[in-house]
Amino acid sequence: MRARAVTVMVLLLVAAVAVFILSATQGTSAMTAKHALRVLWTWATGQQAADISVEDITIVRDIRLPRLILGMLVGACLAVAGAVMQAFFQNPMAAPSIIGVSAGGALGATAAIMFGFEFWLWRLSSVTVSAFAGALGVTAVVYLLSRRGGRTPVGVLLLTGIAVGSVVSAASSLILITRGQGQMDRVVYWMLGSLSGAEWAKVQMIWPFALLGFGVVYLYGRDLNVLLLGDEQAHYLGLNVEQVKLVLLVLSSMLAASAVAVSGVIGFVGLIIPHISRLIVGPDHRWLLPTAALSGAVLLALADLGARLGGEIPIGIITSMLGAPFFLYLLHRRREYDM
Amino acid sequence: MSVEAVLEAHKLVAGYEQRTVLDCVDFAMHRGGMVALLGPNGAGKSTLLRALTGVLSITSGQVLLRGKPLSNYTRRQLARIMSVVPQMTSVLFSFSAMEYVLMGRTPHLGRLQSESMEDRQIALEAMQATDTEYLCDRPVTELSGGELQRLAIAKSLAQQTPVMLLDEPTAFLDISHQIQILQLLRSLNQEHDKTILCVSHDLNLTATFFDRVVLMQNGAVIDDGPPDRVITAERIEQVYGAQVLVDRSPTGRPRVSIPLATAAGDRS
Repeated sequence: MRARAVTVMVLLLVAAVAVFILSATQGTSAMTAKHALRVLWTWATGQQAADISVEDITIVRDIRLPRLILGMLVGACLAVAGAVMQAFFQNPMAAPSIIGVSAGGALGATAAIMFGFEFWLWRLSSVTVSAFAGALGVTAVVYLLSRRGGRTPVGVLLLTGIAVGSVVSAASSLILITRGQGQMDRVVYWMLGSLSGAEWAKVQMIWPFALLGFGVVYLYGRDLNVLLLGDEQAHYLGLNVEQVKLVLLVLSSMLAASAVAVSGVIGFVGLIIPHISRLIVGPDHRWLLPTAALSGAVLLALADLGARLGGEIPIGIITSMLGAPFFLYLLHRRREYDM
Repeated sequence: MSVEAVLEAHKLVAGYEQRTVLDCVDFAMHRGGMVALLGPNGAGKSTLLRALTGVLSITSGQVLLRGKPLSNYTRRQLARIMSVVPQMTSVLFSFSAMEYVLMGRTPHLGRLQSESMEDRQIALEAMQATDTEYLCDRPVTELSGGELQRLAIAKSLAQQTPVMLLDEPTAFLDISHQIQILQLLRSLNQEHDKTILCVSHDLNLTATFFDRVVLMQNGAVIDDGPPDRVITAERIEQVYGAQVLVDRSPTGRPRVSIPLATAAGDRS
């Protein structure tokens, strides 16, 4: 499995570079791919060229690049958060949305848009900030409501997440309905997920969370494997189960919340990327986590390229419409599939 | 308190939410002891195991490991001293048999340390001892209940702990593997000085392989001694409510059999 995992990782890195170049050079402006590449090159090396206009540089540097990098980071964050949730809940259906991250983010964004919050926090819009706060806030509420005498049984956490999630979603709908139609489009677009509002400030917001999240989660790779045997077995193998779970829950909600804050609700990525990765490299998290991060980055960048070229279709629609059938195909091909 | 006691419970009371399962249990295991824990369903055997390992927090009383309360140890330290083979091993994940057994090395490995050749050798030997090395690369999701049970024992062996607790380790095994596992436990006990506590329902196997039997009923220890003293027809009837014949097998150990009348369905 190891040789295979290394091969897969190398291939994914190559794919990431390829998607990066493809995505940076394709777009709706009249620029040719070759020219875009030259723009990227001259900008990256700090050179000057007579035939490259300021406008060209702006398109590549300030529009395509941040969006591409943001998409890759969002894909990686959602995939890793999903992989952690599935091990955490010992449940193949788990995804970041299960503990209320998406519902909380949506409430934050809806409130910010509909009540017209007017503030900026370090170049981040009120929508991004409120969505991040909502996502983390609702997750914290779910966790606190699930504590039972010093423990957090996963079954309770799961059901609490669903219950609180639906209350929070109802609250979002209520705001949406009672505050009139004016801004409804914006909310709907946000809920479908989109990277069209990408900018460097958002990249700068998400990458520290991504880096911290991936780094620390990776250190817990073996613990995630052991958690798949169940809480009791994990105890017997020397894990401080409650502590490990709290760390993992905080990290994965942070990863998912930062992704939701900058891109809205992009469905299905957190659920299927971990499964696809597991089918390729097996269940060992020390290989699964980097594979999921890379495939999440590659696939989301590709999906966003489709979204851009398709006239700004919300990316969540693309991930669900293409991701789900692909997942079904994989499930079908491999007959006995367990986590 | 004996210096040699490895694991002991004093006036132990423990249970779940509203229900007390263990009611004032006193129990001690000495270094190198090999003890069978018998008792009817619901007597509190598994609960005792869980309380002894600290997975279940106790209401009152004490559990001491090497003379010190469990709370003096970290989970990791405990996992280097005690390993547990639980009753049911469910699998939801397609780790290979080898990867599964290697997880037994967890308490010996640091966060960033991957399994060394030595760890693999230890896992392989554990698999050889439990007759599971042929399963090596097979996903655990494809294995039978008995294979999985032997693998769980291999995992516990790979943990290399001086104390082993097992909850019905032979429940899903065929007769040859039952004998093999119990022989293995005996040799671990005699040659490697391991302290072994094993929950069992098989009276005959227990009588044959164990020298000390602890009998539980309604959350209390009601008898403790060599098999020929504990496994008697009166005791079995008193504790299990079943009428059986107990005589001596050719090995000299107690032998439990079911009277013909009972086997024929006569319930009088």
